[in-house]
Amino acid sequence: MNEKMKALRAAFPYTVPICAGFAFLGLAYGIYMHSKGFSFVYPMLMSMTIFAGSMEFVTVNLLTSVFAPFHALLLAVMVNARHLFYGISMLETYKGVGAKKFYLIFGMCDESFSINCTTQPPAGVDRGWFMFFVTLLNHIYWVVGSTLGGILGGLIPFNTAGIDFVMTALFVVIFLDQWFSQKNHIPAVLGIVVSVACLIGFGSDHFIVAAMAFILLLLTLFRKKIEPAEEGAAS
Amino acid sequence: MSMTVWQSVITIIMVVLGTMLTRFLPFLLFPANKPTPPYIQYLGKVLPFSVIGMLVIYCLKGVSLTSYAYGLPEALGILLTVLLHCWKRNMLLSVAGGTIFYMLLVQLVFV
Repeated sequence: MNEKMKALRAAFPYTVPICAGFAFLGLAYGIYMHSKGFSFVYPMLMSMTIFAGSMEFVTVNLLTSVFAPFHALLLAVMVNARHLFYGISMLETYKGVGAKKFYLIFGMCDESFSINCTTQPPAGVDRGWFMFFVTLLNHIYWVVGSTLGGILGGLIPFNTAGIDFVMTALFVVIFLDQWFSQKNHIPAVLGIVVSVACLIGFGSDHFIVAAMAFILLLLTLFRKKIEPAEEGAAS
Repeated sequence: MSMTVWQSVITIIMVVLGTMLTRFLPFLLFPANKPTPPYIQYLGKVLPFSVIGMLVIYCLKGVSLTSYAYGLPEALGILLTVLLHCWKRNMLLSVAGGTIFYMLLVQLVFV
């Protein structure tokens, strides 16, 4: 079996929960655009090029209001600012994977990032290709889901209320896996506590940028405490 | 639709640019062929753990603790996900179990 097939086979199981989540969220997004009077071409092309779920929902609002391109650019940077953190986390991991790196960075959505940053592929599987297929499969699920949603409109046969919880459950599971793999829990606890505090303090629309700023500040202030503990823990 | 096709195409391109800026900027600032500063390396090591915690909260940001359902379906769904995962450590089982349970709760119990 060649290197790529092996990596694809190793990557697929990790993407199954995301397939379920994206099939639903993508459908919901496509249906939403359909309800606003857009052809399925819009959700299809936007999912291919933007590939950032929450921002695509926001873009629908932008497209239905007055033309303000600079505002759109700024808003995209604000809504997606968390990707800056992903990039810093993946600087080392994405090194030495060749030309695939461009696509890995382009397709670094929440879900691809969370798998690629936490999963060691099985022995004998090339990590670069593994991460490539995780990203590609997720990208495909998202584009297919939103295109179908745009075509089918409102014809969904069963009650899907609550299926978006699949993303919450996925992140909870990844959080636990990280927890079990580490001795030093300060960064994980910090992420939860600071985010909750900012959510209460700043409200749901603005908390993420504040949470990122405070996480960065606290990780920097307590570096001397956190880093030695980090050295001892398996990574 | 209130925009012309070209206006909407430009808007989408701006959103793509903004999104890609956030994804590519760290890699442009700290290229692979130069050693990454130790402070950034440290952040790269500890940030993933904080960020996943932040993402969990990000998923729950729309939950209201003061109006009906009071976050109970989410709390119970997460509880079952955690229990399943501590028990079997099987990602698919934990995610599917927690999600189906949550769907039943919001469709049949907390309506």
